Amino acid sequence: MKTFAQLVFPGRLIAVEGLDGSGKSTQINLLKRWLEMQGLKVYFSEWNSSETVKAATSKGKKRELLTPTTFSLIHATDFADRYERHLLPLLRAGYLVLCDRYIFTAFARDVVRGCPPEWVRGIYNFAALPDLTFFFKSDLTVSLQRILDGRPKLKFFEAGMDLRLSPDPYESFRIFQGRLLEQYLAMSTEFNFIVIDANEQVETQQSLVRQLVANHLKLAKFKSHKPLSLPALPRPVRRRIASPSLDQEPVE
Amino acid sequence: MKKSLNHQIVVPRRTERRFYGQGIPRIHLDDLAGKLIVIEGADGSGRSTQIARLVEWLECSGHATVQVGLKRSTLVSEELELAQQGNILSHTTLSLFYATDFADQLENAIIPALKAGFIVLADRYIYTLMARDLVRGLEQPWLKNLYGIALEPDGVFYLNVPPAELVQRSLAKYAALDYWESGMDLGLSRDMFDSFLEFQRLMQDAFKRLQTVYGFEILDGDRPPDEVFEELKRRIAGLLAGD
Repeated sequence: MKTFAQLVFPGRLIAVEGLDGSGKSTQINLLKRWLEMQGLKVYFSEWNSSETVKAATSKGKKRELLTPTTFSLIHATDFADRYERHLLPLLRAGYLVLCDRYIFTAFARDVVRGCPPEWVRGIYNFAALPDLTFFFKSDLTVSLQRILDGRPKLKFFEAGMDLRLSPDPYESFRIFQGRLLEQYLAMSTEFNFIVIDANEQVETQQSLVRQLVANHLKLAKFKSHKPLSLPALPRPVRRRIASPSLDQEPVE
Repeated sequence: MKKSLNHQIVVPRRTERRFYGQGIPRIHLDDLAGKLIVIEGADGSGRSTQIARLVEWLECSGHATVQVGLKRSTLVSEELELAQQGNILSHTTLSLFYATDFADQLENAIIPALKAGFIVLADRYIYTLMARDLVRGLEQPWLKNLYGIALEPDGVFYLNVPPAELVQRSLAKYAALDYWESGMDLGLSRDMFDSFLEFQRLMQDAFKRLQTVYGFEILDGDRPPDEVFEELKRRIAGLLAGD
C-alpha cells in the first residue's frame, strides 16, 4: 500500500484516528479552520457519511440487523462511495483532504468484532494510505469520561453491545473501547501513526498538529487560484445525437 | 391389496461443508445439514422457470425448500435499488453494496435454512456478482477475498444461452432490453442493442474464467425448458443421493 504522495497525486490526505471521545474531531476541525484561513483548497470527509449508503446503515443499526460481516461490508460500501466519488477526484485536483477516521477505523472495529484481519484489509486495499495519520492517544478512562459525560445514552453498536461483552451498556462500552485501543496501538508502527497525547490541552495539541502539518507538507502548493469566484460558464451546447433530429442544424 | 404410494423419501447425504475463504465468524459448518443449490445464468436464460419447477418437484418429493436471490435482503435491497436508479455509484461501491446484500441473505436466510435442513435454491449467487465486477474492471484476487465469506454450494448449474438468443427472449418478454443487463453504464456502445450483445459476451467470458476456479457445471440453456428441467432433476437427484 502506498500513500497519495507516493502515487504522485497532486493532493494530500490527512487522517485522524482515535477512540470515541479522544478529541480527534475537535482537532481536525481546528486544523481545517487554520488551513482554510490560509486560502488553501480543503475538503473534509467524515466516516460513515455517504448520502447514498447512510440510509441503509442507520436502518441496520436502528433495527439491529447488522452482523460483524454486514457491519464491515456496509461501512466499506460507504467508504468506497466517498473515496471514488469525492476523495479521488479532489486529490487529483490538488486538494488537501481531511478525513475524520479512515480505513484504520475499520481495521480496528471489524477485527474486534471478529472479522478475519486479512479479509478486512483485503477489502480496503483499493484505498491508498494517508500522507499523514494523527492518532489521538488518550487514557481509556479520560475518553470514556468524555463520552459518558456528554452523551449519557449509548447506542447499541457504539457500545459494542452486539459482541455480548456485558449486559450493561457502560461496561460493554468500556471493554469494547479497550479492545479498540489495543488494535490501534498494534497498527501504530506499521502505518506510521503520528501519536498525539490527547490528554494534553486542546491548544497544546493543536499547535503541535499545525506545526507537523506545516513541516510535512508544502502548504503553499495547495493555494486556491484567485480570484475565488468561478469563471462564467460557457453557453450550454446542445448535445449531438447520433440519430438525425428535426431541429438539427444543416450539416455543411 | 392396492399398491400404496411410495412414502420412501430420500434423506440427503451429509457432505463436508466449506467456506470459499475466511468465512463468517462464529458459524459452525457442521450444523448446516441442508443443501445449497445454485442456478446461474443471464436474464432470460430460464432461471426462474427452472427454479419454480424444481421447487415443485422437490417439495412433492418431500424436501422443504427456501428460495433466495440477489437484491432481496432486508438490510440494503431498497437502498441499492434506489442508488441504481440514479446510476450514481462507482464500480467498487456498487460491488460492495451487492456484497452487503449477499452477506445479509447468507447470514439471515441461507445459513438458518441450511441449519434447519432445508434445500436452499439460490437464483444466482456470488458468480454473477463476480462476473459483473470482472467485466467492470475489478480485480479477481480482490473479489476472491471479498467473497471468501461465501459457503461452497452443493451444486451450481450455469444455464448457458448465446447472447443472440438472450436478445430474442428479452424482447419477446418485455419488448425492451434492461439497462443494466445491457451494461449501458460501461459505455461499450451508445446503441443499446449492440451494447447488450457485447456485454453478454463479456459476461460469458467472465463466467468461463470463473468456471476454471469455482468448477460449476455449465448446462446448455438453449433447449426446450422440459429438456433443461430433466437434466437439472437428474443431476440434483444424484447430488441428494450423494453420488
